[in-house]
Amino acid sequence: MSAMKPLRRTLVLAAGALAGSLLAPLRAFAAWNKEAFGSKTAAEALKGLGVSASSESKDIVIEAPQIAENGAVVPIEVSSNIANTKSISVVIEKNPFPLAAKFDFSDGALPYVKVNVKMGESSFVRVVAEAGGRFYTATKEVKVTIGGCGG
Amino acid sequence: MKIRATLKGDTVDVRVLMVHPMETGQRKDASGAVVPMHFIQEVVVRVNGKPVLEGQISQAVSRNPVFSFRLKGAKAGDKLEIAWLDSKGERSLSDAVIA
Repeated sequence: MSAMKPLRRTLVLAAGALAGSLLAPLRAFAAWNKEAFGSKTAAEALKGLGVSASSESKDIVIEAPQIAENGAVVPIEVSSNIANTKSISVVIEKNPFPLAAKFDFSDGALPYVKVNVKMGESSFVRVVAEAGGRFYTATKEVKVTIGGCGG
Repeated sequence: MKIRATLKGDTVDVRVLMVHPMETGQRKDASGAVVPMHFIQEVVVRVNGKPVLEGQISQAVSRNPVFSFRLKGAKAGDKLEIAWLDSKGERSLSDAVIA
């Protein structure tokens, strides 16, 4: 047994070093917004994100299929042309948990994202952009042929 | 993770593929048992060590998530790092050089 000890110590040290190197970038994470992501209605999700009032904006561009045959993979592409856009949130109004994603952009990232999402049924996809302490919103309807929440 | 980062004009197009089941907690396996929720919750993108984008995501993101992002001010040769953290505390970090 005594012969194994140094080996075990080496392994523990190696594991510690590995965890440390992986943890370093993750300290930059903001905590996952449990309240907003756990909301079961779009209104509650928006409240959880701190969106009290928002105005409709044509400067938010949403690219999504009008008809998605497979709800398990629906490509959504969003960009904001509103100056100083700080964040973009994507809310799929009819999903069991409507808030799908929130992206925070710092200096160096454009307010643009493309992501594949699951949609349980046909729904409006609402995008909320935050700029200069105000919220702007736009929607696009996506009709889903086969729902993708079970996948 | 598979990362592709290409400079086009003054914008870097980033595409990343993350291998993850993104279980919603609603799917049943072959025996009829519910597969528990297990999904990526947080994503961070850094350029030369500086965070430029932070994402919080839900189980609504598709299995094996694919994201596209666009960066301004980065140049060829810069180091890009992408990390994720999931609902079980599992994490992954990958890097790439902007081409």
